[in-house]
Amino acid sequence: MTFVVTRDSDVTVIDVQGQLIVGNRQELKQKVLDELEAGGRKFLIDFAGTGYIDSSGLGVLVSLSKKIREQGGELRLANLNDDLRTLFELTKLDTLFHIAASRKDAMSAF
Amino acid sequence: MQPNYVIELPNDLCAIEEPVAYLIHRASEAGFDENRLRLNLRVGLSEALTNAILYGNCRDPRKRVRIEAQVGPGEVTVRVTDEGHGFDPCCLDDPTEPDNRRRERGRGIFLIRQMMDYVEFNDTGNSVTMVLLNPAPVENGATT
Repeated sequence: MTFVVTRDSDVTVIDVQGQLIVGNRQELKQKVLDELEAGGRKFLIDFAGTGYIDSSGLGVLVSLSKKIREQGGELRLANLNDDLRTLFELTKLDTLFHIAASRKDAMSAF
Repeated sequence: MQPNYVIELPNDLCAIEEPVAYLIHRASEAGFDENRLRLNLRVGLSEALTNAILYGNCRDPRKRVRIEAQVGPGEVTVRVTDEGHGFDPCCLDDPTEPDNRRRERGRGIFLIRQMMDYVEFNDTGNSVTMVLLNPAPVENGATT
């Protein structure tokens, strides 16, 4: 389980490899907060390599969305597989986030 | 319930993944629908274990969590019990209400109830029994 942070133009892209769960959510949170502190304002979290998100993982995304927004930034999500999309829809978090089918779609929407 | 699997875990979040994967594998071997195992059972059981470790046992490393499971081609029943004082599962906010969606916490039990076909807490609130039904049971892994 890892988080790979890269920059694509002025967008900070975080690839979530494996799972986003209670055991690693703090790591993701800190990485994003570090980038926010460094001046990043556009964030894309790419779940192409993610098989599972638990309720804690959903919660950290909610928290990050709020923090990024408070700094005048924007968070987008991309590449949720069917299972992950189901979790977002059940919890109605699909109404809270900008969710793109692909990284390309997310990047072009910034 | 007459469990055919009983697993005792240390009170450690890192201990969750192995028994979840094990029971999913056992149910798959019994002919249970793999899609429902991959999502529904995984979510239901993982969330129940996380709650038991963090909230039921209050992260106390001296405490343990018990899983009792009955696995069959038509039904998987899992009971998760912690050593805590319990809680009242009736007094929980709906995380999908507009005012609650921006909360960081409060989705675990909601997801258990969404993913599992039957969920019941004991009177104390330190044990939850969850049932997942297989819509199209397959005996001994044979395909239909």
